[in-house]
Amino acid sequence: MIAAIASMSALGLGLGVVLGVAARKFHVETPPIVDEIEEALPGTNCGQCSFPGCRGAAEAVAGGTAPVTLCPPGGRETAMKLAGIMGVDCGGGADAGGFVEQEPVVAFIFEDHCTGCTKCFKRCPTDAIIGAAKQIHTVVNDACIGCEACVEVCPTEAIILRGKPRSLRNWHWPKPDAYDPAA
Amino acid sequence: MKLFSLDALKRSTGVFAIKGGIHPETRKYLTAERPVEKMPVPSILRVPLQQHIGAQAEPLVKRDDRVLKGQLIGQARGPVSANVHAPTSGRVLAVGMFAAPHPSGLPVMTVTIRPDGRDEWGPRLKRLRPEEATPDEIAERVLEAGIVGMGGATFPSAVKLGLGRKYDLHTLVINAAECEPYLTCDDRLLRERGEEVVDGIAMMARALGVGRVIVAIEANKPKAIAEMRRYIFAAAPEASVVAVPTLYPMGSEKHLVRTVLGLETPARALTAELGVIVHNAATAHAVHKAVRYGEPLVSRFLTVSGRGVAEPKNLEVMIGTPVSEILDFCGGLKGEPDRLLLGGPMMGMPIRSVRVPVIKGTNGVLALERSETRPEQSMPCIRCAGCVTVCPCGLTPLELQARIGAEDLEGAVDIGLMDCVACGSCSYVCPSNIPLVQSFNYAKGKLAAQQSQKHQQEETKRLAEARTAREEAVAAAKRAAMEKHKAMQAAKKKAAEEKKRKEAEAAAAAAAAEPGPAGEAPAVPPERDGPAGSKEAAE
Repeated sequence: MIAAIASMSALGLGLGVVLGVAARKFHVETPPIVDEIEEALPGTNCGQCSFPGCRGAAEAVAGGTAPVTLCPPGGRETAMKLAGIMGVDCGGGADAGGFVEQEPVVAFIFEDHCTGCTKCFKRCPTDAIIGAAKQIHTVVNDACIGCEACVEVCPTEAIILRGKPRSLRNWHWPKPDAYDPAA
Repeated sequence: MKLFSLDALKRSTGVFAIKGGIHPETRKYLTAERPVEKMPVPSILRVPLQQHIGAQAEPLVKRDDRVLKGQLIGQARGPVSANVHAPTSGRVLAVGMFAAPHPSGLPVMTVTIRPDGRDEWGPRLKRLRPEEATPDEIAERVLEAGIVGMGGATFPSAVKLGLGRKYDLHTLVINAAECEPYLTCDDRLLRERGEEVVDGIAMMARALGVGRVIVAIEANKPKAIAEMRRYIFAAAPEASVVAVPTLYPMGSEKHLVRTVLGLETPARALTAELGVIVHNAATAHAVHKAVRYGEPLVSRFLTVSGRGVAEPKNLEVMIGTPVSEILDFCGGLKGEPDRLLLGGPMMGMPIRSVRVPVIKGTNGVLALERSETRPEQSMPCIRCAGCVTVCPCGLTPLELQARIGAEDLEGAVDIGLMDCVACGSCSYVCPSNIPLVQSFNYAKGKLAAQQSQKHQQEETKRLAEARTAREEAVAAAKRAAMEKHKAMQAAKKKAAEEKKRKEAEAAAAAAAAEPGPAGEAPAVPPERDGPAGSKEAAE
């Protein structure tokens, strides 16, 4: 037994030293552009871009494997900012490279179906769901980013995403119809 | 205007010229000679709790409560807000969401009252003798009475009356220009209640601490000018009535100040920074009623007009009266109107339903027929620059429109979008019917929405960071607890070993001292200790 313990310890120590030296010796500086991009992203790690968190997305954008328009919650604003950082053209002000601006969505909980299991609010990246065990949960619309994390975990499928409710505070005039030669 | 030099204009009429402006057909003849009628108590009143700029008032009544006329039903909340009072006595049917008098038709918190027809006053506010009241007392009474700017902007008046503390004011300008076509309610107010309006103006001047008052009335209302000239001496030491040119948008605050005083208000600054405060004539009348008689703002004058209305009239209506009842009182509609508006035809709000109520800032109800509106089909811009000529703010609407059409909102801001007062002169003159001012309203709304979205994004970022920090703290606490636990176990184990060793030593010593079968006995306690220790470890 002593031999076993001694050999495992020696192995562990030896490999640890090797790894430690390797980490020092082969250390790779993260390009500063990644930090800059991460700063521009919403930072909620919602995963809607299919990358592991905003850091992963920032690395992908910096590596050129993802477009600057990858962030749905960030919208056009973020896309323009990323385009500025990356020095790429995303189509100017008009349409940001075909980036379709989506209507902002928020989660909505059907209270009839909610069992108060607390799974959703444990998942929420912005603490936008309030509630407690065996109490019906609800969503704070102003804090919700519509990331779908809660929709996936709800055992009773009581959560849907819907358009952000319109109120007098956030209403504005629609864009009037411009001249259409075809009409 | 351009035919005259500034000096020539000043000498002849005592006013300064503004750039641009339009001369729409006023059509005030429909109602100008009709005295104000008091509308009977309607069958239902819907009083929104948000009739002003700022925070919504807090409801103070609930379903089935009986309310008296003038009773406070909505309490102002925050520094910029206004009280709401019951316009008549009756029973509260509901406190809930109801369509707002707004182009969106979105709901707003509304108190619905079924009047009992007795119109019974509750306790009024304490009366003040304005001659003895301090400026603060007057401002406080205006605040209690829920008075807001009644020209349509609905900014709480008490806030504006308190500006005397912050700025060095010298002049109060009373806006009775009423430059919007069709509307005649301010004209009638000055002709019928001139003395009361002047009393209100005097109180406002006192509250602001200014010695100079100028009442500005468009030259197309000679009777109102004459009536005001009879009473104006009582308003302030230096009081005058100025006939300003009949030119739209003369009633815009900054343009009016420019016309009567020759002072140009810098972009996005307040006229208060120049020492000038502008109040509406109807607001002055409301101040008179609140201070002199303790009556809160529960009714107002408005004009019901347009060719779509059977009998155009000037009315005194209770706040919260549904538009449908007002139209019925005026003989109903002549048919389906092309457009139904609250306010004037240039800047009024189209409404979707006649069930919505009129509010403190509603100065007109207009039902316009096809002949009074214009075709909506727009044509390409021919770059005639007619809009540039008429823009009273010195902007280039055609360029703004081009940039907004391409969604280049920042570009539009660069060339002065935020200086646009949305008067609609550009849309009025455009020979191609391009919806210019509509585009500017869209762009301003969109920019505001973007701003709030940006703010929200920052907030959610902060929330996400707070959550990450919290989770890390929880994990760190768990790790620390685990390490502490491990350390404790190690210490225990060590102690147990120590004990065992000591006991063994003692036993050995005993055995050495007294050799015999007793030497086996000390071996028992350590064994008993052992399982207990391992149990703890398992925990």
